[in-house]
Amino acid sequence: MELCDLTALELTRLLRQKKTSAVEILTSTLQHIGQVDGRSGALDATVTDEDKEKVHSFITLTDEMALKQASAVDADLAAGKDPGPLAGVPFTVKDIFCVKDTPSTAASRILANFKSPYTATAVERMQAAGAVMVGKVNLDEFTYGSSTESSAFQPSTRNPWDTAHVPGGSSGGSAASVGAGEVPLSLGTDTAGSIRQPAAFCGVVGVKPTYGRVSRYGLIAFASSLDCPGPVARTVSDAAAMLQVIAGADPHDSTAATTAVPDYLSKLEGGVKGMRIGLSPDYFRITFPDPKTGELQEQALPKEIEASVRHAADVLAAMGAEIVEEVPMPNTRYGIPVYFVISRVEAASNLHRYDGVKYGLRTKQPYTDLRQMYKLTRNEGFGLQPKLRILMGMYVSAAQYSEQYYQRALKVRTLIRRDFETVFDPAGSYRLDAL
Amino acid sequence: MSEQITPEIFDHLVDLAALELDAGQAEYLRKQLNNQLKAIRELEAIPLGENIPISLHGVPYAAAESAALREDEWHLYPDAKDILAQAPQLENDTIVVPDIPHTTLK
Repeated sequence: MELCDLTALELTRLLRQKKTSAVEILTSTLQHIGQVDGRSGALDATVTDEDKEKVHSFITLTDEMALKQASAVDADLAAGKDPGPLAGVPFTVKDIFCVKDTPSTAASRILANFKSPYTATAVERMQAAGAVMVGKVNLDEFTYGSSTESSAFQPSTRNPWDTAHVPGGSSGGSAASVGAGEVPLSLGTDTAGSIRQPAAFCGVVGVKPTYGRVSRYGLIAFASSLDCPGPVARTVSDAAAMLQVIAGADPHDSTAATTAVPDYLSKLEGGVKGMRIGLSPDYFRITFPDPKTGELQEQALPKEIEASVRHAADVLAAMGAEIVEEVPMPNTRYGIPVYFVISRVEAASNLHRYDGVKYGLRTKQPYTDLRQMYKLTRNEGFGLQPKLRILMGMYVSAAQYSEQYYQRALKVRTLIRRDFETVFDPAGSYRLDAL
Repeated sequence: MSEQITPEIFDHLVDLAALELDAGQAEYLRKQLNNQLKAIRELEAIPLGENIPISLHGVPYAAAESAALREDEWHLYPDAKDILAQAPQLENDTIVVPDIPHTTLK
């Protein structure tokens, strides 16, 4: 077994026991990346047959910066200083986070030349904990997608278990880099499943924390009221250790909750005995827009998925949890239309800042005035998905439609939230710990 | 049912969004927009009492969980050159903005 095959907690334990060094761990990691990843994503690249055999997690490999960080960890250890709870653990960062002096592209042509002048809080906390960033990984452009194929940087990431399949998305590079054994930890984001879905596709652990649990400072925004940074890991314990590090209040983000951060690792040791875990019939049906007509459709979950969920419930029951059946979540079916409206309005608002004036792409084509420069730049810089979100968000938030769509979606969000508040109410009928 | 976003409305939206699309992109995006509007039409039929408030987030922000806002004070950014280095066009440490078109308002 190589160092790169170990979990984050195993690595940091070996390091503290001085059975290895951060530089040795990094060397093993970079060797493995060299064997399985293939070339990094780039603009205007043509995908070859050879590319189809590799994982392509990365947009930017930061190996030189990583070597400096790893050496600093080793120096701290040698000097008898505490190098932090994740000392020497390699990790990747979804390229939607700003990291000082590195390209921070959002997988978009419009930010391909942008080097951030500052570092996101979540990344800074990982580095302060001794973790070593080895690179920025691919995603759907501005996180708009669920396969990682919409990245402007090709070859896009492939599923490490079978490179003929997608890794999911939008945190596809994060999930694939962990699934491929390149790193034990990755920092992703989840707005509507963008950690959980690729983690499932790549057979790794993904956690979407509660909104506000992890600071969004330095996260290039998609939908500001929905975006959640979170861990992707090989094991639940590693995910808990990472969340412990990145969670908590941040003076740079007023939506980062000041609620105390629990000791997640010791909570894990407590197990599930006595916990009330709900199963909702509303979660065994899915609502989705028909890909051809757009009409909302509803159907039962595939039987094998329902069987897996029920098996997990049986396992939890055997471990002492109390399974509560028939938990009503009646407003779940409105989640898709509410999400469509709120996320598009917020995305459109956030994308208006990319104008070719202050940073990012400015068109090389001739233009006569500012307005024409905006149009040429934005047309060249944005792919189809950002354009779609801008147009949709502007339409449904226009003065004459706002009451019909946006304001209404904000009220229906209240109904969805009340479903959760009801079943998690400690004084209510259901008193759930989890659903 | 007739399309909610006609070519005329679509062109107006594209102009407001400061985009410039080729014919293929325009056709694809207008079709997608009309499809997505069908998916959100269900919102109109949801019975909402008069007193349902809006939710700006999925979680409540009680005072105990909310950070105090910083004082509204300006501070000199220590590395202004790092920010200026990102600008597409600079002249004497000033970002160059193309001519702004003037419109006579009626």
